[in-house]
Amino acid sequence: MINKIVQSMADAMAGIKDGSTVLIGGFGAVGQPDQLIEGLIEQGATDLTCVANNAGTGRVGLARLMELGRVRKIICSFPRSAGSVVFEELYRQGKLELEIVPQGTMAERMRAAGAGVPAFFTATSVGTILANGKEQREFNGRTYVMEHALKADVALVEAWEGDRWGNLTYRSSGRNFNPVMAMAADMTIAQVSHIRELGEIVPENVHTPGIFVKRVLHIDRGPAWA
Amino acid sequence: MTGFDRKQMAARVAEDIPEGWFVNLGIGIPTMIANYVPLEREVILHSENGILGMGPAPAPDKVDPWLVNAGKQAVTLRPGGSYFHHADSFAMIRGGHIDLCVLGAFEVAANGDIANWATSENDSAPAVGGAMDLGAGAKRLWVVMEHTTKDGGHKIVERCSYPLTTPGAVSRVYTNLGVLDVVQGKGFVVRDLAPGVTLEQMQAASGAPLHTN
Repeated sequence: MINKIVQSMADAMAGIKDGSTVLIGGFGAVGQPDQLIEGLIEQGATDLTCVANNAGTGRVGLARLMELGRVRKIICSFPRSAGSVVFEELYRQGKLELEIVPQGTMAERMRAAGAGVPAFFTATSVGTILANGKEQREFNGRTYVMEHALKADVALVEAWEGDRWGNLTYRSSGRNFNPVMAMAADMTIAQVSHIRELGEIVPENVHTPGIFVKRVLHIDRGPAWA
Repeated sequence: MTGFDRKQMAARVAEDIPEGWFVNLGIGIPTMIANYVPLEREVILHSENGILGMGPAPAPDKVDPWLVNAGKQAVTLRPGGSYFHHADSFAMIRGGHIDLCVLGAFEVAANGDIANWATSENDSAPAVGGAMDLGAGAKRLWVVMEHTTKDGGHKIVERCSYPLTTPGAVSRVYTNLGVLDVVQGKGFVVRDLAPGVTLEQMQAASGAPLHTN
């Protein structure tokens, strides 16, 4: 019997190695796997490359992981936001490598990784400093820049429902980066608000098919997110 | 000289958006435009984080923590709206499916260049978000911004001095002083002056020549 549901955070985090590239879902706080990030802090892996739209806020979650010196590099589209104090401190001190990626390019680089596409061309960033040093080609009279797929060792995603085959659904705008991150990593770990019996999620409504998911951990996020 | 305040600038943009357009609104004054499109004129708002058919802010007791816009503010979904993931959301943008994007800017140049994400090449912590995708991908890019900086510096310029977001993308600019078209090969063409504003005043506040039709 296939059973991807794990019973503890330690089981969910088992085997994450130093030097891993870790995708972290969410757009701001929505769809962000807060408890899995706490689990990663506890687990101890270091020298990480983290990929997330934002670079954390306050001194918890991703910001805490960075403050503990466990993140070598961050890849994101919008690191600077209200409360991104840890990121700004570390960046100013040169203790954190930053790769800025346009948000759509970031999503597409992960989608491409999941789909076996090693690189693609996009008009986004042509004529800007973010295209510096990248191969450019003309198609049908327009210039495009080449971007590489962004593959990862681990993805931490936040979903609404999950079953023992790893099928997932997301809640409204909590979907955001989670499905493309689930596709792009060798080890996708999902925290879900609700565990469903196999077949209980209507097949037409599965957002991330279980083929992309390795582990599912039930997390009660409390009444505010119920 | 009186000109438009921020709400009037947002309302002025809203006047020009026809029914049926798919529209992405940036953070700041652009977000306010939604408040001035009457509900019976069906304009479908897109949000980068995976929403089509975005509605206004909810009443304080009706906030859904799962439902935010690109500025991370609580919003609602109109009947007919939908949710999707980030790659699909940016496929809508980069695939040329969005009729209009309205952004704020630091500078707009006479050749349609926009600079709105970093104030220097060595910015302490740059943040681009979806601006370059929207600039390169939307069918039309309009800008709404104050005509000058707080200390009177030019934002309507011959050539941008800040790092570009997208070259040659802007086709119209709405400011507190009026409305300008950006015409390739010609530059800024005055489309409308705000109440009480003269062409001479608008020209004096601009760092590039203004043309009239």
